[in-house]
Amino acid sequence: MELTQEIRDKYQPVIGLEVHAQMLTKTKAYSNDINEYGAAPNTNVSAISLGHPGTLPRMNKQTINYAIKMGLAIGSEIAEYQSFDRKNYFYPDLPKGYQITQDITPICTGGEVVIKDAEGNEKGIRITRIHMEEDAGKSIHDIDPFNTLIDLNRAGVPLIEIVSEPDIATSQEAYDYLTEIRKLVRYLDICDGNMEEGSLRCDANISVMLKGAKEYGQRVEVKNMNSIRNVQRAIEHEIERHIIAIEKGEKIAQETRNYNALTNETTAMRSKEAANDYRFFPEPDLQPIRVTQDHIDKVKEGMPPLPNYLFKRYTNELKLSEYDAGILTDQKEIALYFEEVIKTTSNYKSAANWVMGDMKSYLNAQAIPVSEFQITPEQLGELVNLIDEGKVSHNLASQKIFPAMLENPGNPEKIAADNDWLQSNDGNEIEGFLDEVIAENPAEVERFKNGEKKLMGFLMGQLMKKSRGKADPKMATQLINKKLG
Amino acid sequence: MEITNDLIEHIAHLARLEFNGEENERIKADLENIISFVDQLQKVDTEGLEPLVYMTEEINVLREDTPAVTVTQEEALKNAPNKDSDYFKIPKVLKG
Repeated sequence: MELTQEIRDKYQPVIGLEVHAQMLTKTKAYSNDINEYGAAPNTNVSAISLGHPGTLPRMNKQTINYAIKMGLAIGSEIAEYQSFDRKNYFYPDLPKGYQITQDITPICTGGEVVIKDAEGNEKGIRITRIHMEEDAGKSIHDIDPFNTLIDLNRAGVPLIEIVSEPDIATSQEAYDYLTEIRKLVRYLDICDGNMEEGSLRCDANISVMLKGAKEYGQRVEVKNMNSIRNVQRAIEHEIERHIIAIEKGEKIAQETRNYNALTNETTAMRSKEAANDYRFFPEPDLQPIRVTQDHIDKVKEGMPPLPNYLFKRYTNELKLSEYDAGILTDQKEIALYFEEVIKTTSNYKSAANWVMGDMKSYLNAQAIPVSEFQITPEQLGELVNLIDEGKVSHNLASQKIFPAMLENPGNPEKIAADNDWLQSNDGNEIEGFLDEVIAENPAEVERFKNGEKKLMGFLMGQLMKKSRGKADPKMATQLINKKLG
Repeated sequence: MEITNDLIEHIAHLARLEFNGEENERIKADLENIISFVDQLQKVDTEGLEPLVYMTEEINVLREDTPAVTVTQEEALKNAPNKDSDYFKIPKVLKG
């Protein structure tokens, strides 16, 4: 059956996302073995993460702080009193037979993540809760043909699970929501946000109903999407599958489905009724947590400026375009670098152009992070000022001084002076060059005099060549007009 | 509470266990025993009492985020019935 736009438009998708983020702590959630991706199998383990009998979990301080940061970033309420619960299920990569999680008292409740809807208006996606829990180990099915192999390095790695309300209406909004979450966890430095390596994971709850309907359609959970783009594609596929089924009068089964990126399809994994009986009960081995306002304030002090705050500041106060503000705030390292540059110069637009243009293309070409960029923000700010003061032209700054600063970082004015690149605003010197240009190009000079003003560009070009780019363009223009006008 | 065969099957499935006919009868008798004991406990009047979850009243028993290596890979794998030099081996849980 073909799904026309007309049929699609009859329906309203309802989407909620569950995001798991691995915390960038040094140790695991409830034990002090190393939390690190990519180590040799079963080397980052302890008696606790291996689930040996008689061992007791101990809560990592830092996980609590990281979860509080995320909550503060999206305006959640931080729970004063929290306890832990056991979620029981039997699977080989879960050695204890249960996951320690926060079922009853999640650390954060409420808050919202702001995205833009299809019309470009701000839309808040409400957050139900954020709770702390632990990751399971890894089952490897494709190395040994006769056995499944288990690596428990990941067992006990701290996670926060961020659960949204079903406020997401399109696959594009899901894409934007996830992009925003990833940006936030990276700004906060609590998760590396790498979906390919699984440090950020997303399950999507999707249902479809007729527009204006009062009751949601049958909900299906989709798993196993290892990029933000794949989440978008899986949701799109699932929406279409639901609409087609409903149009045909078929029933949507309540089930968990697996996304296959190669075929861009979802297939049933297990039916919910049969499998899910987690028999939650309180975890008696971990004492409860009490978080004081004083502690929350301390965590808040250590937080960087957040992207939505910076975006608003750049567009409202610095008068940068939304496009520029978007690029500058996309990556924390770029934004913080820019923040430093504008401590030295108040030409925000020019500073933004340097950071987004020359600097970013250099970083991309060399494939290096901002932390390895040779030029300090102060030096880049000084370069912006040098141009604004008329001491060098933008071209010369970009083509000569910037590359020289990359080679040998230092004060740009000194570099320009050492290389004899400072613009000449010595009228006599420029006039000397102009006289040479006039003598060498009599035909063009004649045409210019006769009103062919577009030859100004040619004359300036010749003059710049003679002065090796150093002539102050304003003064040169004035001189040309005075002599030949 | 009645222990039905369906209930046994459900609980066994959650623990990935299987019972044959005779085992089924034995586990049924065991479970009935346990349940009747719990039923007896439930007769105690607990009105107005908070459930006791923790053995102490301590809060914020927290740990610094400082790593340590307490178990080597060899030690981790030592007690496993089936393993190679790197991994625990278990029966295949997914088909090819």
